[in-house]
Amino acid sequence: MTTATGDRQADAGALLSRALGAPGAAAIITDAPEPHPTLMKTFAAMMAREGRVLRRNMIGTFMRTVMQPLLFVFVFTYVLPKIGAAGILGAGAAAGTTFATVLLPGLMASMLFTQGIMAVTFPLVMEFSWQRTIEDRALAPVPIRVLAIQKIIAGAVQAFIGALIVIPIVLLVHAPGQAPQVNVTNWALLAFILAAGSLLTASLGLLLGTLMDPRKMQMLFAAILLPATMLGCVYYPWSALSSIRWLQIAVLVNPMVYMSEGLRAVLTPQTGHLAMWAILLVLVGGTALLGYLGTKAFTRRVLN
Amino acid sequence: MTQSAAQTGRQAPRNQAGDGPLERPAIRTEDLRKTYKTSRGDVQAVRGIDLAVGTGEFFGLLGPNGAGKSTTIGMLTTLVVPTGGRAWVAGIDVVADPVGVKRRIGVVTQNNTLDMQLTVAENLEFRSRFFGLGLREAARRAEQLLAAFGLEDRRKAIATDLSGGQAKRLLIARALVHKPDVLFLDEPTAGLDPQTRVNLWDMLRALHNEGQTILLTTHYMEEAEALCERVAVVDHGEVLASGTIDELKDGAGADTVITVRYEGAVPDGLALRPGLNTRPGISKVETEGDQVRVFTRQPDGVLGELVTAGASAGLTVRDAAQLKPSLETVFLNLTGREYRE
Repeated sequence: MTTATGDRQADAGALLSRALGAPGAAAIITDAPEPHPTLMKTFAAMMAREGRVLRRNMIGTFMRTVMQPLLFVFVFTYVLPKIGAAGILGAGAAAGTTFATVLLPGLMASMLFTQGIMAVTFPLVMEFSWQRTIEDRALAPVPIRVLAIQKIIAGAVQAFIGALIVIPIVLLVHAPGQAPQVNVTNWALLAFILAAGSLLTASLGLLLGTLMDPRKMQMLFAAILLPATMLGCVYYPWSALSSIRWLQIAVLVNPMVYMSEGLRAVLTPQTGHLAMWAILLVLVGGTALLGYLGTKAFTRRVLN
Repeated sequence: MTQSAAQTGRQAPRNQAGDGPLERPAIRTEDLRKTYKTSRGDVQAVRGIDLAVGTGEFFGLLGPNGAGKSTTIGMLTTLVVPTGGRAWVAGIDVVADPVGVKRRIGVVTQNNTLDMQLTVAENLEFRSRFFGLGLREAARRAEQLLAAFGLEDRRKAIATDLSGGQAKRLLIARALVHKPDVLFLDEPTAGLDPQTRVNLWDMLRALHNEGQTILLTTHYMEEAEALCERVAVVDHGEVLASGTIDELKDGAGADTVITVRYEGAVPDGLALRPGLNTRPGISKVETEGDQVRVFTRQPDGVLGELVTAGASAGLTVRDAAQLKPSLETVFLNLTGREYRE
């Protein structure tokens, strides 16, 4: 085995010498295509690379995206109603709304949040650690901030798709009579809230991935993903928290609240929701702020 | 320094920095500096380096680990921002136009920065597309490089499955996709087995023969001797000397260095007793602690005399070494320290 490898490597040296030295042979320097990079071409190629990797890891990506909402709705809108335990759920929602109605926007927001962060933070922490593979992309002919923006957009696309996958799952999986009551009147606003939410979480993902110590990765779940989800108005509308006033105020620091409530406002307005101006202010303002901070931190970390 | 680069430079386009009709070097730095701010105060990694590398030249930055080579290459490749001085690559200011520089350079970093999610061929294809090649063009370029670097049968392997030597070949191939004006290699053979290293040397020579301008950093003296036309010896963030290997050796470094270590401290004047200072060919005699070091062009008999001199002073010799003129003796001569890899 060792000898075989050695021989092959020896061959490789000879191969190149022959290729470069022999007249008429493919000379890799003189016979090279003239590159004409533009910002758009490079950006598009980077997005194509993400697409290729996603396609290659399709099963893993699919599992990651589908399993959480699928199991969730299966247990909460099928199993629990069947065994007669559904009464306690959805108690805070307006009378006559099913728990699935509360869950649909909530799970979509939860998916936006987790997918956005997972898609950006995890690879980035890897790229910054050990072999610092980020240097490879940093040498592409674009400014470093374009690289940061590309990472945000690629992550946002994945978050957006993740949230869409939730819809058929919640619509289809439930016990008889437990279907969510969806009532969309403003499709443009729905798309806008989904897009803004995706960009916000991907920007947060960039900031976290840049600042996070790889040895403390498990903290991501304990300190960010879990509290954000449990206290993100995923399983109850914000208005239902009025009976615990301090908590109702405290959760307003959680960006996921504005995604859940924003989607609630456009998908299931009958459950009641936060004021739209507050939702839009936080989603747009938060994206701008986190995008700025993330890009700045990223650039500073890549260039030392 | 600048003058010798001007002599080596083969192209003569207009100097864009506005320095008159000087030939444009592939790489030029002026008093380039990098100081890192740390919690323990400022660390001066690079303290004012002046370099000029001509187009088509194979240039080496030689120095021990921690000498500032990687920081220098980092500044030239735009990934490290200088804190002082200026640098131009292919005539472009690295601080003012980093994107312009990145378009014209290929970089092989010390670490394995292959895209571990992609196959060998995809690593080349996507890098080609990052540099603006179309799909078909990128695929053709990838095939061409796979063939030249003997990686065709690994085409579909994921980059994580490559051996160290294969990964290094792919890194070099990938750095060449866009026909860079300058190829930067940071410690290209560190950690490779001797056979793989020699093969890599052959490849680099072949590239250079094809006209590729190469700047390489290394802490292996024999690597610099084997490959580079000109070398800058770097230590503690400064260039100690630069020139062709022969020029460096012909300087004070052409001496053979004889070091004798005794069992005890060397008394003052011991080394001078046998009349070493009057012997022809001797350029320097250094006494330090328990050792005497003689720099000479005529080494015959010197060792014996040092042993005799020691014996007359009641000192036995613990060990002795004679170094033929090499970059190692050059380094010793410049720094008074033994070369530490």
